[in-house]
Amino acid sequence: MAITAPLPGKPDRTSIIRKGIGRRYAAERRFRFFGIAAIVFALAFLLFLFGSILSNGYTAFVQTSFNLNVNLAQDAIDPTGTQRAEDIRKADYGLLARRALAAQLGVNTSDRAAMREIGALLSRDVDLEIRRRVTSDPSLIGQTVPIWVLAHGRIDSLMKGQVDRNLTASQRRVSDQQLAWLDKAEAEGFLAKRFNTQLFTNGASSSPETAGIGVAIIGSLFMMMTVVVLSVPLGVAAAIYLEEFAPKNIYTDIIEVNINNLAAVPSIVFGLLGLAIFINMAGLPRSASLVGGLVLTLMTLPTIIIATRAALKAVPPSIREGAYGVGASKVQTITHHVLPLAVPGILTGTIVGLAQALGETAPLLMIGMVAFVVEYPTTPLDPSTALPVQIYMWATSAERGFVERTSGAALILVFVLICMNLLAVILRRRFERRW
Amino acid sequence: MSTSAIVLGLLIAGLVAYALGAWRARNLIKSTGAKLHSRPGYYGGYLAVWTALPALILTLIWAGAEHTAIRALVKDKLPENVQALSAAEQTLVLGRVNAIARGIPRLSEQDMEVIKRARLGFTTMDEAQRVLQTRGVVMGSAPAPYMITAAYDQATYQTSSRWLSTGLALALAIGGFAYAFSRMGPKLRARNAVESVVVGGLISASTIAVLTTVGIVFSMLFETIHFFQYVSPADFFFGTVWDPRFSAPGRTGEGQFGLIPLFWGTLYISTVAMFVAVPVGLLAAIYMSEYAGPRVRTLAKPMLEILAGIPTIVYGLFALITFGPFLRDAGAGLGLNISASSVLTAGIVMGVMIIPFVSSLSDDIINAVPQSLRDGSFGLGATHSETIKRVVLPAALPGIVGAVLLAVSRAIGETMIVVLAAGIAATLTINPFEPVTTITVKIVSQLTGDLEFNSPQTLVAFALGLTLFTITLGLNIYALYVVRKYREQYE
Repeated sequence: MAITAPLPGKPDRTSIIRKGIGRRYAAERRFRFFGIAAIVFALAFLLFLFGSILSNGYTAFVQTSFNLNVNLAQDAIDPTGTQRAEDIRKADYGLLARRALAAQLGVNTSDRAAMREIGALLSRDVDLEIRRRVTSDPSLIGQTVPIWVLAHGRIDSLMKGQVDRNLTASQRRVSDQQLAWLDKAEAEGFLAKRFNTQLFTNGASSSPETAGIGVAIIGSLFMMMTVVVLSVPLGVAAAIYLEEFAPKNIYTDIIEVNINNLAAVPSIVFGLLGLAIFINMAGLPRSASLVGGLVLTLMTLPTIIIATRAALKAVPPSIREGAYGVGASKVQTITHHVLPLAVPGILTGTIVGLAQALGETAPLLMIGMVAFVVEYPTTPLDPSTALPVQIYMWATSAERGFVERTSGAALILVFVLICMNLLAVILRRRFERRW
Repeated sequence: MSTSAIVLGLLIAGLVAYALGAWRARNLIKSTGAKLHSRPGYYGGYLAVWTALPALILTLIWAGAEHTAIRALVKDKLPENVQALSAAEQTLVLGRVNAIARGIPRLSEQDMEVIKRARLGFTTMDEAQRVLQTRGVVMGSAPAPYMITAAYDQATYQTSSRWLSTGLALALAIGGFAYAFSRMGPKLRARNAVESVVVGGLISASTIAVLTTVGIVFSMLFETIHFFQYVSPADFFFGTVWDPRFSAPGRTGEGQFGLIPLFWGTLYISTVAMFVAVPVGLLAAIYMSEYAGPRVRTLAKPMLEILAGIPTIVYGLFALITFGPFLRDAGAGLGLNISASSVLTAGIVMGVMIIPFVSSLSDDIINAVPQSLRDGSFGLGATHSETIKRVVLPAALPGIVGAVLLAVSRAIGETMIVVLAAGIAATLTINPFEPVTTITVKIVSQLTGDLEFNSPQTLVAFALGLTLFTITLGLNIYALYVVRKYREQYE
C-alpha cells in the first residue's frame, strides 16, 4: 500500500496510526485471550464436575462383603423337618451369619458382648440374603455353604477409607476390637470388596449398603415408554400440520407462540399441572410412573415439535413438486416422500427430548415420586420412583453411606444421558444431507 | 370391560375392517370391472375409520368424565349432616367411600353378608372394618353405615357405567361399520374422506400444545383463587414474612405467606448466575464463531453440548457435596464466613449450567450477522476485535438481549440446584454468603410429603407457581418477540 507523504500543515496520519497500532494489537490479543479464557473456564468447570462425581461415586460400584461359611444346620432352620416354605422363611438367619463370622474370627459364640459387636459388622439385611439363597434352593439345608454377605455400611465406609481409621473409636463408630477383626478377616481373605450388583437391582432401603436403583430404573423405563408412545406421534403430527398444512392465520400464530413458550416454561410448572389435572381431577394414583410419563410427555412435546419442523423444513421443495407432478395428493406426498426423508432429523430431536425427560427431576417431585419403594413396580400404575428422583432422595438423606451412592447413581445417569446425546450427534452426522 | 380392553378391541376391529374393506374393493374391481375412485387400501382405511374412530372417541371421553361424574353422584346422595361438612372433610369421606368401593368387588359371599348385616345394624361396624381389612382395604377407624351405602352406590354406578360404555362403544362400532359398508362403491371418494380424517388428526395433535397452556393456566388459577380465600392477595404479594407453619387437618388460616423474601432470593440468585453465564457464554460464543479454527470448534462445541446435557439434579448434587464446601473452605482461607449453601454457591453453579444455553443462542445470532458488515469494517482497517466490538456486537445486540432474557427466565424457573444448594430459610439479606430461598424451593417444600390438600399451606404452591409462570411467560414472549424481529431484519 502506497502511503502518500503528508501534506504540509496537516498532521502525519500514518504516524498517528503507527502510534496507536501497538495498543490496538494488544487489545486484539486481550480480547482473543478473554475468549479462550471463557472456553477454558467452562471446560475446567466441566472437568471439576466430572472429577467430583467420579471421585465421590466410583466406590459405589464395589461393596465390602464377608465370605461366610454358613452352617445351614437342619435343626436351626427347619427343626421339625416340615420342608414347608413358610417354616423355612421363619428361621433366624441373622444368628447363623453371626455364628459363622464368629467361628471364622475365632470368637466364642457364648460371649454376648463380643457377639453383639460381631453382629454390628454385618449388614442389617444379612438375614434376607441368606434366606434368599435357602428358599431358592432348600437342598442346601444341612450343609455348610460359603455365602458372600454384605458388611455394615459403617464398615464399608471404613474399608473404603472414607472414614479415617486413626480417629478415636467413638468418632469412627467402629471399636478397636472390630478393627482388629476386620484386619484379620482381610488378611485371611474372607473380607473383600466385590462388584456391587445389588446397586443395580435393589429398591429403596434405609441401610445404605443394601440400597439400590433397581426400582428407579424400572420406573424411569416405564416413564420413557409412556413418553415415546405419546409424544412422538403427537409431536410429529403437530409438526406436520404446522409446517405443511397450516394456513397463516391467527389460530396457527397462537399455536406457534404457544409451542415456543411451552419449551421455555419452567419444568416445575408442568409438575403442578400434573398434580392438579392428572391426580386431583382425573383421579390417577400418586407416585405412579404413568402420571410421571404424562407430565414428561407434555414437557417433551415442544422439543419434538420444534425438531420435527426443522427436519421437514430441510426437505427441499423439489421433492414435493416431484411427487405432485406424478399425481400424488398432499397427504400422499408427505407420508410417502417428505416424512421418510425427515426421519433422521426427527429421530435426533426425539433422542435429545428423551434425554431431557430422563434427567428431569422437579416435576416428578410434585406428583409424589419421592417415595420409598422397595418392591419392583409391575405396571405403570404401581408406585415407583425415577432415577433422578432417587438421586435427590439420597442426596438429602443424612447417613454417610449414601454419599457415594448418590454420586454413583449420578454417574450412571450422566453416562446414560451422554450416550443418548452422543447417539443423537452421530445420527445427525451420519444422515446429515446437504441438498 | 376396562377402558384399555375396549380400546384394544376397537383397534383390532379397526384392523379387521381395514382388511375387509381392501378385500371388498379388490373384489369390486374383479367382479364388475369398475374403475374405483381410490386405491383399495383407502377403502379399507375408510371402513376402519368409521368402525373404530367414533367408538374410540366416545370411550376416551367417557373414561375421562366417569370419575368426576360418579363422584358427583355419590356426593349428592350423602346424608345431610355429611353434606354440611367442610370441603376438606368431605374429600376425606369420599376418599374412604372410594376405598371401600374398591374393596367390594373383592369380597367373598360370606364377607358380603357381613357387610350387609353391618349396614343394617345387625353386627357392629368394627366387624365390617375387619372383613374389609382382610381384603386389603385398610382404614383408620370403623366406617359409618352411610359410607357403606355410598360405597355400594359407587360400586353400582361403576359397574353400570362400564356396561353402558362397552355397549355404546359396540353399538357405535357396528353402526359405523354398517354405514361405511353400505356406502362402498366405485363412486365413493374414499381417499378424500380418509385424508380429511388424517388432517383432522394432525390439527387436533397441534391443539394439544394450546390445551397444555390452557390447562396450566386454569388449573393454577383455580387453586390460586382457592388460596386467596384463605390469604388476601395483598398479604401474599406484599408480605415480607414467609412463615407458613405446618399443615394439619382442620387447621387453617394460620401462618404468613409473604412473597417478597422468596422473590428477592430468586432474583438475587438469578443475578449472580447471569454475572457468570452472560460474560462467559458470550465470550465463548464470540471466540467460537469469529476466531476458532475448525479443529477447536469440533472439539469445544460438543463439550459445551455435554455441559448442556447434564441434568440439573447432577449440578445440584455437585453444588451440595463439592462446590458448597469448596467455597466455604476457600472463604475461610480468606477470612470470609461463607455458609455451605449460599447465594454464591447456587448462583455460580446455576450460571455454569446456563453457559451453554447463552453461548449456543448467541452463536446463532452472531452467525446471522451478514458477512458484508464485517468486510466493510475490515476494509476500513479495523482489527478483528474492533470489528467485533464496534460492528458485529451492536448489530447482534437485540438478539443477544433476547437470548439473555430467555436465560433469565430459565434461571428463575430452575429448581433442583436451588433446592439442594440455596437453603430453605426465607430471609431478606443482601449478603451473598448467606443462604436464601427461592420460589421454586418453596413450591417443592410445600408439596412434598403428606399434606392436607385443601389448606393454604399446600395451595400456596399453586399461587407461587402461577406467579412463576406469569413472570417467565412475560420474559419469554418479550424475548421471542425481540429475537424474531431481529432475525427478520437481516433476512
